[in-house]
Amino acid sequence: MENTAVKTALVTGASRGIGAAIAKKLAARGFMVIINYGHSSAAAEEVKNQIEQAGGQAVLMQGDVSSGDDVDRMFKDIKKTWGKLDVLVNNAGINRDTLLVRMKEDQWDAVLSTDLKSVFFTTKAAASLMMRQRSGSIINIASVVGITGNAGQANYAAAKAGVIGFTKSAAKELAARGIRVNAIAPGFIETDMTDAIPEKIREGMLETIPLRRGGKAEDVANAVAFLASDDAGYITGQVLKVDGGMVM
Amino acid sequence: MSTFDRVKKIVVDQLGVNEADVQIDSTFIDDLGADSLDIVELIMAFEEEFEIEIPDDAAEKIKTVRNAVEYIDQQIQ
Repeated sequence: MENTAVKTALVTGASRGIGAAIAKKLAARGFMVIINYGHSSAAAEEVKNQIEQAGGQAVLMQGDVSSGDDVDRMFKDIKKTWGKLDVLVNNAGINRDTLLVRMKEDQWDAVLSTDLKSVFFTTKAAASLMMRQRSGSIINIASVVGITGNAGQANYAAAKAGVIGFTKSAAKELAARGIRVNAIAPGFIETDMTDAIPEKIREGMLETIPLRRGGKAEDVANAVAFLASDDAGYITGQVLKVDGGMVM
Repeated sequence: MSTFDRVKKIVVDQLGVNEADVQIDSTFIDDLGADSLDIVELIMAFEEEFEIEIPDDAAEKIKTVRNAVEYIDQQIQ
């Protein structure tokens, strides 16, 4: 029933961008990766193929993580199939950037729901499995914007700051059961999300980065792999910035 | 199996105590050494075993094995 030899990792929003890089990295480190995606089934399939071609293991799991019902169904599947979960990476996220005075209620709600409420649903479900195991690592992808704030991103910054507060609370609650909960705050990472930023603003942002380059999705994935591993066994409740020194 | 026996089995599994230590009037915290997370886990295990939902205000009143057995019996009747 329970295959304890293989470690399992669920990565939400893993069909592209940072999530896809995290899925591939964890698979390369020997995890059986559960690739969660909302709508992009073709892209998720492609990530799975790449992992398998590299000799890793992965399965696909569709589900809208901002829906409590979907998350319940996903975790019933996980419990039935593997009986456990070793690592949860809450990566799924969206942005709906606009200046505060122009921001509509639906833009606020969509971002808070996908970027913050989802973390509550999945972490709650994962914690109940991990508490029984007396082990587990939960990694929440926040953003440096959740620390510094950013014009045009009041909704996104609020959600990501919320993720950081949630991370620390969950870390305190779950530490007694051997479960570590940490956040990663990426800075300027080159993905579809940041490609949408106008060229002039992008150049301005790069100048504020001491390491003088934008980050790659792999830079974030490397940090996730570290926090997921036993090497990070004494680290919990932390926010690790992966931002080339942009925020100190 | 009686509700008490089923509850006892869950308590033994969750808290790692001896079966003989789980008496009908044992308190989870003082007699059986449970902490607040243990209590939450126990409540969740009862919910699963008996297919009931135990709301927080009811859970707060479950302090002894007898409290648990009586609450569960009320719900499953």
